[in-house]
Amino acid sequence: MSLTTFLQQCLTGISLGGAYALIAIGYTMVYGILRLINFAHGDIFMMAGYFMIFAMASFPWFIALPVVLLITTFLGVGIERVAYKPLRSAPRMSVMISAIGVSYLLQNLATYLFTALPKAYPEIPVLKRIFLIGGLSASFVTFFTPVLTVFLVYILIMLIQHTRIGMAMRAVSRDYETASLMGIDINRTISITFAIGSLLAAVGSILYFTDRMTVFPFSGSLPGLKCFVAAVFGGIGSIPGAVVGGFVLGLGETALVAAGYSTFSDAFTFVLLIVILLVRPTGLFGEKITNKV
Amino acid sequence: MLRIENLKVNYGGIEAVKGISFEVPERSIVTLIGANGAGKSSTLRTIAGLVKAREGHIYFDDEDISSMPARKRVEKGITLCPEGRRVFPDMTVLENIRIGAYLRKDDLTKDIQAVYKLFPRLEERHWQLAGTLSGGEQQMLAVARGLMSSPRIMMLDEPSLGLAPIVVQEIFGTIRRINQERGTTILLIEQNANMALKIASHAYVMETGRIVMSGSGSELLENEEIRAAYLGKRKH
Repeated sequence: MSLTTFLQQCLTGISLGGAYALIAIGYTMVYGILRLINFAHGDIFMMAGYFMIFAMASFPWFIALPVVLLITTFLGVGIERVAYKPLRSAPRMSVMISAIGVSYLLQNLATYLFTALPKAYPEIPVLKRIFLIGGLSASFVTFFTPVLTVFLVYILIMLIQHTRIGMAMRAVSRDYETASLMGIDINRTISITFAIGSLLAAVGSILYFTDRMTVFPFSGSLPGLKCFVAAVFGGIGSIPGAVVGGFVLGLGETALVAAGYSTFSDAFTFVLLIVILLVRPTGLFGEKITNKV
Repeated sequence: MLRIENLKVNYGGIEAVKGISFEVPERSIVTLIGANGAGKSSTLRTIAGLVKAREGHIYFDDEDISSMPARKRVEKGITLCPEGRRVFPDMTVLENIRIGAYLRKDDLTKDIQAVYKLFPRLEERHWQLAGTLSGGEQQMLAVARGLMSSPRIMMLDEPSLGLAPIVVQEIFGTIRRINQERGTTILLIEQNANMALKIASHAYVMETGRIVMSGSGSELLENEEIRAAYLGKRKH
């Protein structure tokens, strides 16, 4: 393999990893605050794909983009209100089953509304422009995805570490009761967490589908599962962990494809899951378990 | 200032508080003493708004706050230092202090200096993660955090729990100072009845969800039954 091909594959992997990372953050944030694996997250990502198709049919891309981000955010927050909030004091298992229910609901709703046939994903001209750097050629989206991912993650971490709402999120994820004794509005904080997670999933969806070119009702389930694995690999609850997990997955998958084992590229994810659960169940940057004092 | 009327609270399916009434006058130190499971914690948690009362009313400045969410009560000036301190272990000491003032939008510099003056140890350790503090330091931090909301009444749930006697003395000294210097009303619950009765102007004794006796702190300290039941001193 020549150096150019190698770099080209690396670029593809990093780009795929960036999109995975953005989705994985949604899993990890929701887990951090609700201790819930939001199984509907992959389907929110899929719905964002459909929203884009319809938005692009009516608006130019620079209007369609914010519209899609906004609608997806509302969808995520709405799901939390309807399907998880009423179960706030229920056992964790009930909420998880509710999340699985929402996942199936979204998949079937999409099948019913948009049929199961893949729909063409609209092209955003700017993202699709081909760039040549040295011997590497790739569309703008490939270069742009990792940069945007790192930028968004940086903003997110700043938000969590240095703002009032970030402080509230950290407090709620630790201890609901004490957080409310501080005057923090728990429900509002949880809504904001879902809003951020869904917003990032929408961004991830645009980057991912621009490369894939079609959307169908189940196109959220496999990427959803993979990103969940990415979050577990990095240590669920940890944002840097989810990002690292996303990139490892993207690179690993692409490496297998490049080596000619594309049949096994999906299997890679789940082998990784099994290995990490055996070797280090809390993931790379898993939550420190602080002893009660 | 705080008036409880016929309060009944369920906890885990059982009636933990079975209709109690008491009053906390402005600028006083009032204590509820009683054994484990007497319903003291449930009472405080209900006043703070963490638990809903099944029956009865809570009046703060003659306003019925029984159905107000916890954060509104914090806004009104009611704060609770919960049992077991519950500091945020993965935040720094300073962040813990700041989060106590979550609802305030004014400048905090003066208030932070004031709690540092009260607990100089916290200033030395302001950069440290709260989870790495000793039990006594965590209790100081919990009190400091509570003070940051500039409460009018501060409720403390077992501040002496698990602390060495010398640290307990220090904490109780500080509680008294807060009451005297800031005029903050204190509602204190304790199993360490001796310490609590010494600083309280008024005390109530709870047994299995009911108030069975009340009086001034010194009266109860002298009371034979109390001495036998809670202070571990034999009747003469």
